[in-house]
Amino acid sequence: MEAQLRLRPLSLFTLLLLSLLSTSSSSHLLNVINAERRIDLTSHIVKVFLTLKVENTGTIAASEILLAFPPNEVDHLALVKAAAATGKRKKKTYVPLDVNPTEQPDAPNGTKYLAISLVKPLGAGETVTLEVLYILAHSLEPFPAEISQSESQLVYYSDSAIILSPYHIKQQTTFIKTPSAKIESFSRVEPTNRAGTEIKYGPYEDHSSHSFSPIIIHFENNNPFAVVEDLVQEVEISHWGSIQITEHYKLAHAGARHKGVFSRVEYQSKPSISGVSSFKNLLARLPPRAHSVYYRDEIGNISSSHFRSDKIKSELEIEPRYPLFGGWKATFVIGYKLPLQDFLFESPDGRRYLNFSFGCPLVETVADKLTVKVALPEGSKDPSVEVPFPVEQRLETKYSYLDVVGRTVVVLEKKNVVPDHNSYFQVYYTFKPIFMLAEPLMLVSAFFLFFVASVAYLHIDPSIRK
Amino acid sequence: MVVGNAESMKSDLLSSLSIRWIKLKTKQQEVLIRVSILCLVYILAFISRLFSVLRYESMIHEFDPYFNYRTTLFLTQKGFYEFWNWFDSESWYPLGRIIGGTLYPGLMVTAALLYWSLRFLRFAVHIREVCVLTAPFFASNTTLVAYFFGKEIWDSGAGLVAAALIAICPGYISRSVAGSYDNEGVAIFALLLTFYLFVRAVNTGSLAWALASAFGYFYMVSAWGGYVFIINLIPLYVLVLLLTGRYSMRLYVAYNSMYVLGMLLAMQIRFVGFQHVQSGEHMAAMGVFFLMQVFYLLDWVKHLLSDTKLFQAFLRVTVTCAVGVGVIALGVGTASGYISPWTGRFYSLLDPTYAKDHIPIIASVSEHQPTAWSSFMFDFHILLFLFPAGLYFCFKRLSDATIFIVMYGLTSMYFAGVMVRLILVATPAVCLISAIAVSATIKNLTYLLRTKRKVSQTGSTEGINGAKASSKALLDRSQPFQKNSAIALLFGAFYLLSKYATHCNWVTSEAYSSPSIVLAARGAHGDRVIFDDYREAYFWLRQNTPQDAKVMSWWDYGYQITAMGNRTVIVDNNTWNNTHIATVGRAMSSYEDEAYEIMRSLDVDYVLVVFGGVTGYSSDDINKFLWMVRIGGGVFPVIKEPHYLVNGEYRVDKGASPKMLNCLMYKLSYYRFGELMTEYGKPPGYDRARGVEIGNKDVKLEYLEEAFTTSNWIVRIYKVKPPNNRW
Repeated sequence: MEAQLRLRPLSLFTLLLLSLLSTSSSSHLLNVINAERRIDLTSHIVKVFLTLKVENTGTIAASEILLAFPPNEVDHLALVKAAAATGKRKKKTYVPLDVNPTEQPDAPNGTKYLAISLVKPLGAGETVTLEVLYILAHSLEPFPAEISQSESQLVYYSDSAIILSPYHIKQQTTFIKTPSAKIESFSRVEPTNRAGTEIKYGPYEDHSSHSFSPIIIHFENNNPFAVVEDLVQEVEISHWGSIQITEHYKLAHAGARHKGVFSRVEYQSKPSISGVSSFKNLLARLPPRAHSVYYRDEIGNISSSHFRSDKIKSELEIEPRYPLFGGWKATFVIGYKLPLQDFLFESPDGRRYLNFSFGCPLVETVADKLTVKVALPEGSKDPSVEVPFPVEQRLETKYSYLDVVGRTVVVLEKKNVVPDHNSYFQVYYTFKPIFMLAEPLMLVSAFFLFFVASVAYLHIDPSIRK
Repeated sequence: MVVGNAESMKSDLLSSLSIRWIKLKTKQQEVLIRVSILCLVYILAFISRLFSVLRYESMIHEFDPYFNYRTTLFLTQKGFYEFWNWFDSESWYPLGRIIGGTLYPGLMVTAALLYWSLRFLRFAVHIREVCVLTAPFFASNTTLVAYFFGKEIWDSGAGLVAAALIAICPGYISRSVAGSYDNEGVAIFALLLTFYLFVRAVNTGSLAWALASAFGYFYMVSAWGGYVFIINLIPLYVLVLLLTGRYSMRLYVAYNSMYVLGMLLAMQIRFVGFQHVQSGEHMAAMGVFFLMQVFYLLDWVKHLLSDTKLFQAFLRVTVTCAVGVGVIALGVGTASGYISPWTGRFYSLLDPTYAKDHIPIIASVSEHQPTAWSSFMFDFHILLFLFPAGLYFCFKRLSDATIFIVMYGLTSMYFAGVMVRLILVATPAVCLISAIAVSATIKNLTYLLRTKRKVSQTGSTEGINGAKASSKALLDRSQPFQKNSAIALLFGAFYLLSKYATHCNWVTSEAYSSPSIVLAARGAHGDRVIFDDYREAYFWLRQNTPQDAKVMSWWDYGYQITAMGNRTVIVDNNTWNNTHIATVGRAMSSYEDEAYEIMRSLDVDYVLVVFGGVTGYSSDDINKFLWMVRIGGGVFPVIKEPHYLVNGEYRVDKGASPKMLNCLMYKLSYYRFGELMTEYGKPPGYDRARGVEIGNKDVKLEYLEEAFTTSNWIVRIYKVKPPNNRW
């Protein structure tokens, strides 16, 4: 019942769009010949693979191709990657392309656009095949919003059966994959087929630009809805040979809220039907050769974790103190050390740079907010950052062991980070190796002064009587 | 050639250096050895207390330390004035607690000062690490004080032995391992320091030492309620000296300046306030103070009067007057209520059975029980036998200082017998007196060995001559026997001391390094199993309950819930309000509907119980339950202990009394426990802590619901349901 009520504004929206279509004029005469969309709903992170075959039917060469998103979807957009495919089947090669948000003056109903910049402009009559991957966080809405321990978790996913696009699409198909065959309901926009865990919408022929046809799918998803609400990653570089990483997590289960009783006896004796949507362990993929790992929280060490490390990868399996049910939270800290030579390099111009991955190490987890703080060694100058995507930046000062002037800290902040973000960023700075000796020299002089003072004390007789 | 020259020079230098080294004066050698031994003992005292960090982690232990940690955190974050004026609304809901006025701030201020100075020196330490290592640090300092004290009362050898003994004595380690962040950790240092400075002041008659002793006393007052021991022992000691005719000007200076200054300084601590002039426990010190003045007066008059008879008469009149005035003052003070009578805690020290009859809340604490012989043996080991020997040596060489240590040893041994936790106070005295025994014995034995050698040497070099030779031979015949026995005795002493060292090591690592928050057990294959249920539950409370939730539990867990769970509690380990605790005890021992009324009136949102039936953890709430009944029944006569017993026997199986099987504590502990198989070959609902099958397997809850149970069932949390709608 509620689902239908919810559908109504969306259909109104469609009507509006359709009415707008007649007036809108497309800037480029681009056409999509064939579009295929695969939506992966198997975890709580929605992954969409979009294959577009675009033809330029106009006369001017087009250098940009636009992707359109409804305004509510844009807020959940965590990552967009695009690549142009060239070559035939087996010899296909992909050229990664830049994607940037743009504004269009005639955007109907607040539609947002992302522009894919082509490497070479698409001439008249030419075609190009684009592969687009975009990831949506927080796009599955639990319904019912509160479940008890014995119930499994059902969620809504709403989208459009027809791909929202500023271009005319000749032919399109959408495949939606659900984690299990248990689908409560799904909207039908004929032709619609369902086979096991897959729903197929389409093929649809000849839809004009900005077509929209809302669908809603209600299905079971018991995957851990692990969300890191806030992650602060501190990277401290020591030129004595190691990098210390400290990660502060605020973890939450963002699925359907737990309601009523938590019964340990049921949780222990019937693990298959009790608390199926809860999770009790997580996997963190750490950089290779990580060592001195610890896992603790405000009140002490958490003893339930396993660490496997080799030269290719390090994996840390952690268990929060208690299983996380919907709405429950846990905070913890993970720390580890990395060998310096794996991450710190010298650039040709003599500056040093740290090459480190930007992202949350927990597998299958969304980080709502990620703050990376890179503490450069004391005495380093002119920090500059290279990040492959837009982030907020600022500088801070931090005092660690035996620091006098403090360390420069480069702070990077980004919202909505998903695991596929594991791309690298670089922090450049200049550093004179002589500063490495500052702290040992301080210690040496302090001890020296202490001994001098003791010797002096032993040789001086301060008494007045004589 | 040049090279050869350089080499010869080098060897010259080396030989001259080594010769110089050998030619160090004996005194210098002694100093060197003494300082290095002290340094080693200092380090040893510190590192032997780190077992708990190695075995577990750097964490705060047990119950009270969590409160101290929480207040220290507050002090470092908000500053001293906020701390001093802190009204804590998170405990004793709805009463609250004035923290600044009801605690001894010495420990927190010490840790905060250490923290601030480390921070100033740019050591980026966390306050938790400072708190964890405060007790070992002060234990190390205590060894230094013990050395100086030993040196003061006997000689530097005894001082060294005392430092070594106290560094590893289990009686002291039990309260000062890393993480045991409690008042005692600092207070034993302060106690010994005060005593040392006072004895030093008595020995020298110096105003400076007396002043230092007053400041030591001030530090002790700020750190621990055990300062009452000092303020009673020192007057007692002075009185004994007066009675044994050892009155001197040194004593007069030392006691008067220490007492007056110490009293004034102690009044600066809010929790102590005017007790020095108003409380019965402090009156002995004041009485002795006035007695000293009378003595001084008498001494002066005696000096002026040459006539003995006249002086005798004067003496009689003065003493009678003084005693009369004293008694009247005391009587009037007590009658008018100006001087408060002795507190229950003080009484229970003088009469061990007092607490059991009158104050169940004191008697319920396990560390307030009378000490068993085994724990004396456990905590003192060979010191228990060396102590009387040391007393013998002390009596043999009686002086002001040895009288003090004898009195300290005897009184503290008495208190150690009354209460387990007071073994701690006796430990320094026992170590010092034993050190005198060890040092004196070994000194005598080695002296014997050395003199023998000299005698035999002279005997062999001197000529062989008739009668002289025969007498020499006689001596020589007895020498090997004495010498051998001395060697044997020395070996015996070293054997005993090494046994002591291994015992201390074993006790520290096995018994006294457990944080009691994390429980460790041996698994079926000999591997170590960790039960981290307490922190699991507290962290769950911290993260998943509303910020203003009130948690009801037995008072033992109050400090931990506020510190780790960050939630408001009804009662905690401070136990300042007996009625409030009795209310909680009453709720726990009532039927569910009655308990619900009480919990509603206290705004309780969650109830926390500790249950060991699954793991076999025996210090759980069911085993503490009779104390809840007793404490509850002490205030609310509705609760009667016999209702929970069957023929005077406490049981939880089918034969238990109906009241027991249906009271709140039973229900909360055993809710849905009847469905669980705990041990192979036993029926479901088999309680492993008590070894019985429970009597009520079908526990239904009407007003509460299970909110969380930890993985090993040790902590169970229930949510109090809101009242039903009436319409």
